Amino acid sequence: MPKGIAVIDMERCKGCGLCIAACPFGVLGFSEQYNSSGYNVACMVQPEKCTGCTICAQICPDVAIEVYRKETAKGAA
Amino acid sequence: MSRVLMRGNEAIAEAAIRAGCQCYFCYPITPQGELVEYMARELPARGGAFLQAESETAAINMVYGASAAGVRTMTSSSSPGISLKLEGISYMAGARLPGVIVNIMRGGPGLGNIAPAQGDYFQATKGGGHGDYRLIVLAPSSVQEAAELVMLAFDLSDRYRTPAMLLADGMLGQMMEPVELPDPIDPATIPGRPWALTGAVDRAPNVVLSFDLDPQGLKEMNKGLQRTYQEITERELRWEEVDTEDADLLIVAYGSMGRIAKSVVRSAREEGIKAGLVRPITLWPFPYARIRELSERVSTVLTAELSAGQMWEDVRLAVGDRAATPFFGELGGVVPTPRDVLSEVKRYANG
Amino acid sequence: MPMVETRIPEGYTKVFTRPEALSDAQYTYCPGCHHGVITRLVAEALDELGIRGRTVGIAPVGCAVFLYRFFNCDFVQAAHGRACAVATGLKRANPDLVVFSYQGDGDLGAIGTAETVHAANRGENITVIFINNQIYGMTGGEMAPTTLPGQRTVTSPGGRDTRLMGYPLKVSEMLAQLDGPCYITRQSVHDARHVGLTRKAIVQAFRNQLEGKGFSLVEVLAACPTNFKMSPEQGNTWVVEKAMKAFPLGDLKGA
Repeated sequence: MPKGIAVIDMERCKGCGLCIAACPFGVLGFSEQYNSSGYNVACMVQPEKCTGCTICAQICPDVAIEVYRKETAKGAA
Repeated sequence: MSRVLMRGNEAIAEAAIRAGCQCYFCYPITPQGELVEYMARELPARGGAFLQAESETAAINMVYGASAAGVRTMTSSSSPGISLKLEGISYMAGARLPGVIVNIMRGGPGLGNIAPAQGDYFQATKGGGHGDYRLIVLAPSSVQEAAELVMLAFDLSDRYRTPAMLLADGMLGQMMEPVELPDPIDPATIPGRPWALTGAVDRAPNVVLSFDLDPQGLKEMNKGLQRTYQEITERELRWEEVDTEDADLLIVAYGSMGRIAKSVVRSAREEGIKAGLVRPITLWPFPYARIRELSERVSTVLTAELSAGQMWEDVRLAVGDRAATPFFGELGGVVPTPRDVLSEVKRYANG
Repeated sequence: MPMVETRIPEGYTKVFTRPEALSDAQYTYCPGCHHGVITRLVAEALDELGIRGRTVGIAPVGCAVFLYRFFNCDFVQAAHGRACAVATGLKRANPDLVVFSYQGDGDLGAIGTAETVHAANRGENITVIFINNQIYGMTGGEMAPTTLPGQRTVTSPGGRDTRLMGYPLKVSEMLAQLDGPCYITRQSVHDARHVGLTRKAIVQAFRNQLEGKGFSLVEVLAACPTNFKMSPEQGNTWVVEKAMKAFPLGDLKGA
C-alpha cells in the first residue's frame, strides 16, 4: 500500500500539468481521459510512489486535488 | 423642532446627521466648504465616521462601500467634483445601493467659477454617468427646504434602493436663514437591509454587484431598475404651485431661480399680470403631466434658469405646442434680479 | 463522461482538501493560472483564522471579477481601481468586518494608484491581496504598469520601451516607504515551498487586521500563461527568471 493517495477531481482539472511537473516522485501524469470541458486530465500513473506530501495539491491552480495519507502507528501523519 | 439661523450648507449637514447619516466622505471644493467643515466637527462627535478622501472618485466609492455595509451614507461636492463622482453613482445605481449625493452647483463648464449656477441639470437628471439609470433629484429653494429634502433624500434612497441627489446652488449653500430643523429620526424606522454585507453567519453569502455578463441577466437587472423608476415616477413627484388657478402666464423655475420667480409672480400680480409659478421640487422625476395640464389654460410658459436652458427641454416636452415656451436664463454665475425676470414676464404678458 | 470513483482504502486520513471558505463553484481562470492558487490561499487563511462569517471580500474587474462565486463569504464588486476606497467605506461603516480586496496590477497600480496609496497611507485596517502578473489578462494582454522592460504585450508589440513607456512600477517598494502600512511583502506561488510562504504571509496580513494593526498588502508574483503565450510550466520559469529579478521576493515592511 502506498503512503499517500492523490485524488484528482477530473471535472475541476484543466490539464495544466503543473502537478505533474511538481511531483518529486513522478507519481502523476496525463491520463487518456478528457473531462466534459475537453481538458486532458491528470491522474496517478505511478500510484505506488505517492508519499502523500501534498505538493501536487499545493500547486494545483484549480484546487482539484485531495490528498490522503496512510495512518502510522503514531496516528495520522 | 428648533428654530435656528443657519447657512444652507450647514443646515444640509445637520439634517443629514438627523436623518441617521453614519458615514460621510468628501473632498474639499467651493462653494460647499461649510458642509464639509460641519461634518468634520459634528459627525465624529455624534458617533459617525467622517473621512476626507484623496479625491471625489475615492469619496463616492467609500460611499459605495459604506452603503454596501448597510449604513446611511452621504457625500457632497460641487459641479466639477460631481463629474468625478459619476462613475461611482452609476455603479451605485447598478448595484442598487442607497446613498445621498449633494451637489452645490457652481458655474461651468470646466473649472468655471464658484458663483451660483444651474448648469448641472442635464448631468443630474439625464444620467451623467454611463448606462440606463436614473437619479432621484431633489431641488430645494430655501434653507428650510434643503434641510427637509436631504432627509427625504435618505428616505427615498432607502425605500427604492437607488442613490438620490440634493441639487442646490452656491447661493443656497451660502445663504443664512432661520430654519426649523426637523427632529432626528428614530433609527428603528430606517428600513432593514437584509442584502447588506454584514458577514455571512446563518445565511447564504450576500453579494453586491453592478454587473451580469449574461445579456439576458443584465436585461432582467435593467428591467428591475426601470420598474423601480416607474414606481418612483408614479409616487414621488413633488412640485410647488403659486397662483396657478387663474394664471395666463406660467413661470417654471426651480431652486434659487424658483425663489426669485416666486417674488416675480407677486410683483407681476401687483401690476395686473396674471402670472403663476410651477416650481419643480423633484427634477427627476419631472412633473410633466401637471405642466402639460396647466399649459392648456395659459398662453405662455416661461422657463427661467441659471443656465442656457436645460430644464427648458423638459418643459417644452411637457407643453408641446399648447402654449408659447420662451426661455429666460443667466450664465456664468450671474444671478438676475427679480426686476430682470419681471421685465421678461411683462414682455410676454403684453405680447 | 463518467467520473472515476476513487475508493480510499481504510487506514488513510485526508491531509489536503478544499478550504471551507471556497464554494463548490469551478474557477473561471485559464489552465495554469496562478490566480487559482492565490484565491485558495486566501480561503485557507479565512478558515485558519475562523473569520469567514465576518469577512467581506472585494472583487476587482478582470479575471477575478467572479471571485464572489468562488468564496463562501459576503462579497462586493468594485469599480476598476476603487477597491481600497470601497474597503475604506466598508471598514469605516462597520469596523467589526474583516475586509480584504483582491486586485491585479492594472487595478491597483495604474487606475487605482491613488486609492491604494492613500488607503495605505491612512493605515486603513484592511488586507490587500495584490496579484502582479505584469499584464492585463482579461482585456487581452495589454501592457501593465508592472510589465517588464522589453516584455512584449499587445500594446507594447516591440517590447516595453522604457524611454516611451516608463519602467515597471514597484508598488510594494513605494508603499513600504509610507508610515501608514504595517506589513508589505512580496511573495510567489511558482513552487510548493513558495506557496507555503505566501500562505503564511496572507494569514499574517489578516491577523494584522484582526489585531487592528492597519494596512497590510501581500503582493504575489504570478504568471498569465494565456497572454504570455506560454505553457503553465514556462509561466513558472518566467516568474523565477524574469519577474523575480525585477521584483525581488521578501518582506518590504513589517513581518
